[in-house]
Amino acid sequence: MSLLQVESLSKEFGGVHAVEDLTFTVEPGHIHSIIGPNGAGKTTLFNLITGVYTPSAGRVLFQDRMVSGMKPYELAAMGMSRTFQNLQIFFNMKAIENVMVGNHLQLNRSFLPSFLRLPGVVKGDRACVETCVELMEFVGLGKYLDADAASMPYGALKRLEVARALAAKPKILLLDEPAAGLNATESREIDEVIKRVAASGITVVLVEHDMKMVMGISDHITALDYGRKLAEGTPAEVRANPDVIKAYLGAHA
Amino acid sequence: MNMMTPRTGGLALLAVIITVAPIGFTNTYFYDVAVNAMFNAILCIGLNLLIGYAGQISLGHAGFLALGAYGSAIMTTAYGVPPIAAMLISATVVGLIAFVVGRPILKLKGHYLAMATLGIGIIIHIVLKTESKITGGPDGMSLDNFSMLGFTIMGDKMWYWVAGVLLILSAWLALNLIDSPVGRALRAVHGSEVGAEVVGVDTSSYKVLVFVVSAVFASLVGSLFAHKNGFITPDIGSFFGSVHLVTMVVLGGMASVFGSVIGAVILTLLPQVLAAVEQYEAMILGGIMMGTMIFMPKGLLPSILASLKRREAGR
Amino acid sequence: MSAALLQYLFSGLTSGAIYALAGLGFAIIYNASHVINFAQGEFIMIGGMASATMVAAGVPMPLAIVLALLIAMAVGVILEKFAIEPARNADVVTIIIITIGASIFLRGAAQIIWDKEFHSLPAFSGENPIAVLGATLMPQSLWVVGVAGVVIVALWWFFNRTMFGKAMLATSHNRLAAQLVGVGVKKVLLASFALSALLGAVGGVVVTPITFTNYEAGIMLGLKGFSAAVLGGLGNGTGAIVGGLIVGIVEALASGYLSSAYKDAIAFIIILFVLFFMPNGLFGKRGTDRV
Repeated sequence: MSLLQVESLSKEFGGVHAVEDLTFTVEPGHIHSIIGPNGAGKTTLFNLITGVYTPSAGRVLFQDRMVSGMKPYELAAMGMSRTFQNLQIFFNMKAIENVMVGNHLQLNRSFLPSFLRLPGVVKGDRACVETCVELMEFVGLGKYLDADAASMPYGALKRLEVARALAAKPKILLLDEPAAGLNATESREIDEVIKRVAASGITVVLVEHDMKMVMGISDHITALDYGRKLAEGTPAEVRANPDVIKAYLGAHA
Repeated sequence: MNMMTPRTGGLALLAVIITVAPIGFTNTYFYDVAVNAMFNAILCIGLNLLIGYAGQISLGHAGFLALGAYGSAIMTTAYGVPPIAAMLISATVVGLIAFVVGRPILKLKGHYLAMATLGIGIIIHIVLKTESKITGGPDGMSLDNFSMLGFTIMGDKMWYWVAGVLLILSAWLALNLIDSPVGRALRAVHGSEVGAEVVGVDTSSYKVLVFVVSAVFASLVGSLFAHKNGFITPDIGSFFGSVHLVTMVVLGGMASVFGSVIGAVILTLLPQVLAAVEQYEAMILGGIMMGTMIFMPKGLLPSILASLKRREAGR
Repeated sequence: MSAALLQYLFSGLTSGAIYALAGLGFAIIYNASHVINFAQGEFIMIGGMASATMVAAGVPMPLAIVLALLIAMAVGVILEKFAIEPARNADVVTIIIITIGASIFLRGAAQIIWDKEFHSLPAFSGENPIAVLGATLMPQSLWVVGVAGVVIVALWWFFNRTMFGKAMLATSHNRLAAQLVGVGVKKVLLASFALSALLGAVGGVVVTPITFTNYEAGIMLGLKGFSAAVLGGLGNGTGAIVGGLIVGIVEALASGYLSSAYKDAIAFIIILFVLFFMPNGLFGKRGTDRV
């Protein structure tokens, strides 16, 4: 059974169709990439899937449950997590606290125990710190355990978002241009991280411009153009698709 | 020194200062000012949770302070409710009011939120001024000492120790909260609402929660202040009062519990220090507000700590 | 139409015109800088106090009025230069505190430069009320509404027909693009404060013969102007004018028919209602947050 189903999804902004009648499915355990030129509607699609926007038409099913119209935090509780193209880091907090917020749903969130610092909360936090240290090391941020988020370089912040998203123990992880703005070494590192995430059993949906990376790690690719589906299939199929080539060369009729 | 975290170290330092300060108090007037400063500090610790930590402005908290004060005054004088019960009932009611108005209000951001909270504060102030049958109107109303289980808090000295203990307690509670799952969620709301949402933080509920908590802090302080002062007027709930409170928070330092204490102490002492040049007080207060925000927008304590850190790193 | 209703409408339009001018002041500064200037009300106070005290000291009224407007504009420019400009990129809370600080500062200064007493100006064309269908209209009310109308038309002309006005509008739509085509953004900011100060002070001058003024008179007028601006949709000029008139008229009707004690609360009740149910105001654009 598909983990995520997108059915005839559309989103309109003042007459402009950012996403139009889009249908595709994401299979569990896959690395599923969404590609397309700038403005193809990839980020809008992510915002629709994760509940940041509500669709104008169509629907999204996650684990066979209709989730369109649900809030992002409700989806997070169901096992959907994401990162952002424009960083949404908590710059007012330490790096590890950013990851700890990711762990939010696993912790005791009642007000009074937190207010009174009951032993259970202290214990829970201690375990949470351990998990988050592991996650930071997992994404290669071992040297930033003590850092303030505001003092970290861009490439590290990108990985910090991945660690935060992983802390939410997602079944599906949506990564919005994780390699954008990174140099070649950093790109390779994040590539490794994504592979390890997928190997741990988490389904990955990836929006990325770095074609080398996309072709290298994807199981399945959906290509978009002007909000519509242009092509889909394995990397080899998509690469050979004449429409995709045309769109990328900018030879639009 | 390293054995002390900023948390326990700060609390210990606060306790020491509160214990030692009275050595310099030559008459009860000092105690009176100190109690007011500590009351303001408690309120600002609560308000800082909202403004500094969760990043939501309020220009109406003096209204909640006034509701607490009048709740206690009216219930104890007109209905003979015991002070402690009146205080808790007032705080509960204020918490409920904050909950009800907080839902729609906290969907707003920035200037709109400022406008809405300002409006609520001003409406409360006007109601207290106008409903003179219940509140005594602009002339205010008086009330009795705070007594509980046959024990009465009387005189500025006794109030000093009560306020001191409550201040330390409030600082402890606030520090607990900040460094907990709930507190991290609140700070995440400040950092990035959408970033917090996608990892499972129900940001609207947390904003309402911290709004209610800060309103309850204000109400409790209002009740205590009313009993200590023995007399209240609607002007404790004025727009200017709310602005004064926010200024304490930002002057001392946003997202800094001990900063709130410092800001509250400075701005409570200011009128006393300036008593000789009273007509310049407003200009100086306005100047402080502008100057702090322009030259150290993070506020006193965080700026000082940051410069100490830099100096240490430079060595 | 009953005479009482007409009477309330007259008084509502008069105060509404002042709120509209203040609201426009908020809108102009907001458009140029995304700053809400909580000191807007102080310009109204400065206009009133400066002209009234100068007239009382024997300065001919026309000269006193011109000087008062110039003083307010100078204060606006100084405020922008020394308090807003240095904090250009600060967050909303910081700027709110700065402008509130400025308003407290100006109030304090006014109380030292002038005093704490109420001051008035003689009405511009006498105090003989005009009878209209059983209601009475003070000639000064006509002055208030008329001057506000003229100012609004002049503003429209400025923003739509002059190069500099168009440049200011352009900046509000897209700062970067405006910069690229050579609009001096700094100049626009200064001009927006000067212009807002002028609008406030004009309101202050024309209304002082009716309401009198003192060093504290700016607070409520400013906050109601802010309500007017939010009611109309922040940054929307037409909205601010309509918002100002609505606030003024509803306030007058409510204090006439319901309770005059709650007159000052009306503006804030309206604004809470608007913020709850249509947070973008009457004429505001809907926006979607981009992430």
